[in-house]
Amino acid sequence: MNAIKVFVSGDSAAVAVGADEVVAAIVAHCAARGLAVELVRNSSRGMFWLEPLVEVATAVGRIGYGPVAADDVPAMVDSGLLQGDGHPRCVGLVEELPYLKRQQRLTFSRMGITEPLSLSDYESHGGWTGLGAALTMQSDSIWQQVLDSGLRGRGGAAFPAGIKWRTVAQAQSEQKYVVCNADEGDSGTYADRMVLEGDPYLLIEGMTIAALAAGATQGFVYIRSEYPLAFKVFGEAIRIARKAGFIGPDILGSGKPFELEARLGAGSYVCGEETAMLESLEGKRGIVRAKPPLPALAGLFGKPTVINNVLTFAAVPLILQRGADFYKNHGVGRSTGTLAFQLAGNIKQGGLVELAFGVTLRELVFDFGGGTASGRPVKAIQVGGPLGSYLPESQWDVPLDYEAYATIGAVLGHGGIVAHDETADLAGLARYAMEFCALESCGKCTPCRIGSTRGVEVIDRIVMNRDRLPQVALLRDLCDTMVNGSLCAMGSMTPLPVLSALNHFPEDFGLLPEA
Amino acid sequence: MSKPPTQPPEINTVVAAVLAERAHLPGALLPVLHGVQDALGYIPPETVPEIARALNLSRAEVHGVITYYHHFREKPAGRNVLQVCRAESCRATGAESLLAQARARLGCDGAQHLSADGGHSVEPVYCLGLCASSPAVVLNGQLHARMTPQRLNALLDKTSSA
Ligand SMILES: Cc1cc2nc3c(=O)[nH]c(=O)nc-3n(C[C@H](O)[C@H](O)[C@H](O)COP(=O)(O)O)c2cc1C
Ligand code: SF4
Ligand code: FES
Repeated sequence: MNAIKVFVSGDSAAVAVGADEVVAAIVAHCAARGLAVELVRNSSRGMFWLEPLVEVATAVGRIGYGPVAADDVPAMVDSGLLQGDGHPRCVGLVEELPYLKRQQRLTFSRMGITEPLSLSDYESHGGWTGLGAALTMQSDSIWQQVLDSGLRGRGGAAFPAGIKWRTVAQAQSEQKYVVCNADEGDSGTYADRMVLEGDPYLLIEGMTIAALAAGATQGFVYIRSEYPLAFKVFGEAIRIARKAGFIGPDILGSGKPFELEARLGAGSYVCGEETAMLESLEGKRGIVRAKPPLPALAGLFGKPTVINNVLTFAAVPLILQRGADFYKNHGVGRSTGTLAFQLAGNIKQGGLVELAFGVTLRELVFDFGGGTASGRPVKAIQVGGPLGSYLPESQWDVPLDYEAYATIGAVLGHGGIVAHDETADLAGLARYAMEFCALESCGKCTPCRIGSTRGVEVIDRIVMNRDRLPQVALLRDLCDTMVNGSLCAMGSMTPLPVLSALNHFPEDFGLLPEA
Repeated sequence: MSKPPTQPPEINTVVAAVLAERAHLPGALLPVLHGVQDALGYIPPETVPEIARALNLSRAEVHGVITYYHHFREKPAGRNVLQVCRAESCRATGAESLLAQARARLGCDGAQHLSADGGHSVEPVYCLGLCASSPAVVLNGQLHARMTPQRLNALLDKTSSA
């Protein structure tokens, strides 16, 4: 009899809830029973509330069980796990689960299906075809495709990727770089991590295409130190891809070189800002640079540099493979393609939901997320990381696209969505936003460095009702100064969570709704 | 048969090995500091002159980088290191009370990360990318998500008795 294939994710978020123990239990229990299993550590489907998710290959498809604890394993095996038979933890055919079925998985199409470091898995699921297409094209048709697709940067600022690539391509220099921003510091986000750990060749392919378009020969991936597993897996992927000739001195026999190196950050949120990241890559303190010059013209070591987020590069292979129009046909208006929405916080079914722009928070948090984990009503939802606004219920039906969010003073950022239940104290969260800014400020601008510390004190006085109303006015003034007097979004956007909390949840600050 | 090494690795040997491997990299300072900290658990101040010399930097520059980044330590941590995520997603699910619980149990606080007996360091971190399964902590490099007060106590029971 052939061994039965069993899949358990090796993603950090699966390991963090006991996936390794589940694997050990499956191996031990099946060995004791003389059952032949082939255990595969695949990437995660991104349905993290079901992790550890155990999937069994059957004639009709993969049957899933989750969330599984190591203690569940003996009974599961005895009740027919390997035949894909029922057990209370059985969720049926995984791909038929509405949470997955209702998504539009373009970038994350392989997620949860393939083994991250398997080149043959990657190839048999459409890998390297975008690079193959790019190798037959002139560099200007490559960036033109990306420009035509409407792809905008997924790191937060949403700048058109094709324009950036064109600028670097047209710059004259004997040395150019491609740098991937994998600093993913926003709370509520983990999609970059999933790509690094779960589909690393996708990022390598996207960056190699960028290098061909821009005429760069060296790339760096800046991975945050909080992601040691991602750093390890991605480093391994670079070695394997280089050995197989996808990158290195001669990309797939084209005669063109592209070398890639992963670098580790060191626990600094502001190093996600692109110029601070360049400083850090150069071995310095992560202090934000004044612009101009644009990094596209004078970036890493002063050379023209393409800088994009992981998800921006990861969207590119498909664009080259299927064409700009295919990509552009997803989304709304100038927000084309899909976004990896990441459900987090106090949420029952947290996980990755890839959908075209235009979906609403209500659909995401309730239809996909199932409401809060605590079972209490949702009070506020923070979208776009620590520099994003808190949205009250009245704003949960606004379509998630860059322009619609801008009109309500909110941002999509990197797609993080953090739900808070009714026990949340929005004054406390506003205070934390200021505290975080004080902690992470690079120190270059006074409003950000000092203003954030003042902000903490002012919020404390408001909450303690010491001169409350004048202090509220002071807080608004302070936010105004931060917005206008900061060089980067750390200082200029910290007021978003602070003021949205104050405006939408005044009672948490001890104010009457009208004050 | 040689005895298994029980002494901590010799500082000079470590620094020399890391520099030999990494000093040639463009922008080598962070990779070098990571190498030293990975091997020794911290970056001893006495290593700064040698690192500065090898990378052609001033001591002040090296020192400035070590102190700028939260990840780098100038002093050894406790035998066990507990990191509790304090960022928004984990806050929404009780992270702050987990941190308070750990600090109270081990006798440390926001200013003093090391427990009195040197057995534990309790440190904040800001997002581990486990936000779909908040709250999250790291204990001695192992990730733990969907943390509860009971499970945190059970984890600390193990490290406290070891
Ligand atoms: C304080 C701060 C933190 C940031 N953190 C990140 C990050 O972690 N990842 C990221 O891709 N972009 C981050 N950005 C945005 C980058 O500066 C930059 O816009 C982005 O890397 C460009 O890539 P994209 O065009 O593909 O989005 C941050 C910006 C600021 C101001
Ligand atoms: S706003 Fe803050 S983080 Fe940004 S450059 Fe100024 S001081 Fe640095
Ligand atoms: S906020 Fe705690 S893991 Fe992301």
